[in-house]
Amino acid sequence: MSYARRALVVAWKDLLVERRSKETLNALLFFSLLLLFVFQLALGPDRERLASVLPGLLWIGFILSGLLALGRTFLLEREHDCWEGLLLAPGDKSAIYLGKLAGNLVVMVAVEALVLALFVLFFNIDITGALPGLALVIGLGTIGLAAVGTLFAAMTAHLRARELLFPVLFLPMEVPVLLGTVQATEALFLGEPLSAVSHWLQLLLAADVIYLTAGILTFDFILEG
Amino acid sequence: MTRILGWLAAAGLAAGLVMAFAVAPREATQGNVQRIMYVHVPAVLVAYLAFGVVFVGSIAYLWKRAEAADRVARACAEVGLLFLGVSIATGSIWGKPTWGTWWTWDARITSVTIVFVIFLGYLLLRGMTEDPERGARYAAVLGILGALNIPLVHQSVNWWRTLHQPASMLKAGGITMPASILVPVLVNVAAFALLCAYFVVKRVRLLEAEREALA
Repeated sequence: MSYARRALVVAWKDLLVERRSKETLNALLFFSLLLLFVFQLALGPDRERLASVLPGLLWIGFILSGLLALGRTFLLEREHDCWEGLLLAPGDKSAIYLGKLAGNLVVMVAVEALVLALFVLFFNIDITGALPGLALVIGLGTIGLAAVGTLFAAMTAHLRARELLFPVLFLPMEVPVLLGTVQATEALFLGEPLSAVSHWLQLLLAADVIYLTAGILTFDFILEG
Repeated sequence: MTRILGWLAAAGLAAGLVMAFAVAPREATQGNVQRIMYVHVPAVLVAYLAFGVVFVGSIAYLWKRAEAADRVARACAEVGLLFLGVSIATGSIWGKPTWGTWWTWDARITSVTIVFVIFLGYLLLRGMTEDPERGARYAAVLGILGALNIPLVHQSVNWWRTLHQPASMLKAGGITMPASILVPVLVNVAAFALLCAYFVVKRVRLLEAEREALA
C-alpha cells in the first residue's frame, strides 16, 4: 500500500465509525449551540458590544469545539484496545498521523461551518462578501489547530491526567494561530480585502508548515509505546 | 570543575552588582529604578539561550537516544523557566513605578509570558508521565515544537500589539545605549550565563544520581 493510501485508510476508518455512531459530531454541534447561548447571556443584549467581539467569539467557539474533537482523536483505539492494531500498521507511522489529522479536519470543518451559520443567524451579521476570504482563514487556522492537536492527543492518550494536560499543552501552543485568525477574521468582517491581512495569512501558513513538518517527523517517537 | 564554574558565576555576579550599582550612571528620567534592567535583560537572554539548548538536546535525544541529551534538555528547561520567571517578575516590579501598572499586555511581556507557559507545560508533561523513558520522548517532542513556536509567538504578538498602539516604551529606550550602560549589561549577561551553566550542571548531576538511585 502506498503512503497516501495508508493515510487514507486511517481517515476513512475514523470517518466511517463517526458516520455510523455520530457520537462526536452530534455532541459537538449541540455543544457549539450551547456556546452561542453562553456568549449571548454572558455579554448581554448590547448589539454594538457584541459586534466588536464577534471575531474573537467565533474563534473561541472553534477552539473550544476543536479542543473536544481533537482530544478524542485516539479514544477509539484506547478504549477498544486497538492501539496495537495501529502500531502494527506497516510502513512509516507518520501516515497514521496524517490520516488521523485528515479525519479530524473533516469533523472540525463540518462543526465550524455550522457554528458560522449559527453566528450569522443569531448575531445577524452579513458575511456574504467576506465568505471566500473567511474560508481561507478558517482553512489555514483549522489545519494549524488540528496539526498540533492530533500530535498532542497521541501524546496524552496514555496519561492519567489526559483531559487536563491536553488543553494545558494545546492552548499556549496555539497562540499564533488564534491571534492570526482572529485578526484576519476581524478585518474581513469589517469588509477589508484579503490583501489587507496578507501578513497574517503568511504567518498562519508558516505556522501550518512548521506544525505539520514537526508532527510528521516526531509522530513516530510518540507512537512507539 | 563544577566548583570552578560556581565560583566564576559568583565572581561574575559580584562584578555585575558592582557595575550595576556603582559604575553605571543613574538614569536621567527613570532614576534608580532603571537599574533593575541589569537583572531583567540578562535573565531573559539567558532563559532563551537555555530554551535553545532544550531544542538541540531534544533533537539529539530523539535522534541518538542519548539519555545525557535528555537530562541536559530537562535541566535547561527548568533553569530557563527560572530565569524567565525572574525576568517577568523584575519587569513587573519595574513597570509599577515606570508605567504605573504591574501588568500591561505589551508585546514583549505577552510573548515572553506565553513562552513561559509553553515550557511550564513541558515540566507538567514530565511530571505527569510515570514511565521515565516515555516522559523523555514526549517531552522531547514538546520541547522541539515549543522552541519552534517561539518565533511565531513573537511575530504574531508583535503585530497584534503594534496594530493597536505605537511602539512601546521598551523599544524607545533599547535602541541607543551608551557604553556606560551597555558594559554593565554585558557583564551581567556573562555572569547570568555562568550561573545558568552552573545550575544546569548541578541539575544534570542530580538527575544522574536520581537515575542511579532508582536503578
